[in-house]
Amino acid sequence: MVCQECKQRPATMHFTKIVNGEKTEFHLCEQCAKEHGHMFMLYGHDDFPLNNLLAGLLNFEAPVKEMTANAFPNPDLLQCQTCQMTYHQFTQIGRFGCADCYRTFARYLPPILKRLHSGNTAHSGKIPKRKGGVLHLRKQLAALKQKLQELIAREEFERAAEVRDQIRSLENELRQRGEGDM
Amino acid sequence: MSFEKFFNTAVSSWMSQEGPDSDIVLSSRIRLARNIVDFRFPTLFSSEEARQIVSLFERAFAHRSYREAGRFELLKMSELQPIEKRVLVEKHLISPHLAEDSPFGACLLSENEEISIMINEEDHIRIQCLFPGLQLAEALEAASELDDWIEGHVNYAFDERLGYLTSCPTNVGTGLRASVMMHLPALVLTQQMNRIVPAINQLGLVVRGTYGEGSEALGNIFQISNQITLGKSEEDIVADLHTIVQQLIAQERAARQALVKTLGIQLEDKVFRSYGILANCRVIESKEAAQCLSDVRLGIDLGYIQNISRNILNELMILTQPGFLQQYAGGALRPEERDVRRAALIRERLKMEERRKMEGDER
Repeated sequence: MVCQECKQRPATMHFTKIVNGEKTEFHLCEQCAKEHGHMFMLYGHDDFPLNNLLAGLLNFEAPVKEMTANAFPNPDLLQCQTCQMTYHQFTQIGRFGCADCYRTFARYLPPILKRLHSGNTAHSGKIPKRKGGVLHLRKQLAALKQKLQELIAREEFERAAEVRDQIRSLENELRQRGEGDM
Repeated sequence: MSFEKFFNTAVSSWMSQEGPDSDIVLSSRIRLARNIVDFRFPTLFSSEEARQIVSLFERAFAHRSYREAGRFELLKMSELQPIEKRVLVEKHLISPHLAEDSPFGACLLSENEEISIMINEEDHIRIQCLFPGLQLAEALEAASELDDWIEGHVNYAFDERLGYLTSCPTNVGTGLRASVMMHLPALVLTQQMNRIVPAINQLGLVVRGTYGEGSEALGNIFQISNQITLGKSEEDIVADLHTIVQQLIAQERAARQALVKTLGIQLEDKVFRSYGILANCRVIESKEAAQCLSDVRLGIDLGYIQNISRNILNELMILTQPGFLQQYAGGALRPEERDVRRAALIRERLKMEERRKMEGDER
């Protein structure tokens, strides 16, 4: 089959485009397909649109940006200390530079994550084994501290003292585990 | 190299073995994205960091055996020929991104090719388990155990609230992508796919063709995978996908029965015409080959064609891709030359079936 554009080279790309339910078939050679911008449909190609889509999604933050403009400096100027990526770069590329970017840009992430993960903003799956024990202890610790506050507010000091001891022993354990990890 | 030898070494176990529901589900895949603390993500990392990560994995895992999967071999992208990389992509063992855009990319590949660990792709590592048939839960278990094994050697980037931290915010949380490759000729023939795809999309799943996002499904093969990675557990993500896949299987089977009833001899005719093309063609494009292979496979599933193994679709869909054809030819081929080679390879493969059948008859 000959390319329907240049009518010279053999057609090696075959596309079906569906616009408003109307189906059009294309048979093009690689050069013509590139020229006509059809190459974007190929998986793994540089111009793969997911990045652009994602960047569009991230840039969609405009109203939020304006609202927060007074409270915080322009988020575009926010920069990750570990990898030097700026928030502006992140919105352009759609990818983080390092794990610390998640913390640096934390303030602006929830709406993005909500949109990408149908409303979810918190992980509820696997926890790495190595970190698992410590994480579990920390969660327990946080719960106990809250309980302590409540007990003090209600002036139940005897029970508060028990909880305080539990917190101390947990904190000790955490410290030991932390050292063990090093 | 003889055809048979080339063929046998080219085929991975997931292509040749059968699994549950493998009349419709060709393969199940689990991918886990992970990053290592104290290294920047591949978007920004230095070549020094990239090398350190590769050598870390080379030291810890290369040449080591892992259960039934066999020994791991480390393949560095910089040391592979373009055709070799293309073959790995066509076998779904590495991504096009790793092959083309990852100068420091590498891959730890298990002997049986069920496990591949991509290094320095979009994330530091991507663990992938590929099983024949519908075995999502099994593949998840295997991937998760492998994940634990790797975690014994490295520290993963993990956040208490956000889970596993990934380069792209679309993968954060579990870092899990579960996908299933399905052969759905009857749903396409009865034009039900057009209705089904949007419905599946609404459930947070994605449907795409075998090699191309947005591309038409070659050979009526569709890939269905989860989109959401945050807020659901790994088991829930896999269970949700499994439920949808089972519904699709039931619908495809019903559509096949309906086709047999309404079309009867015409369907049988279509199947055998396609078989005739494959057995006799001298020049064939990939699109036509895929369509004919799909018809023949349907014919085998419906019992019209006997004595041909069902794997023929899985195997030939992959072995007639440009990379494989060029590897078989031993050098680069122009598109017209590929079409000739493709036709020859398909005819050879069908003859191999006849030989096997005759040997079987003699015994």
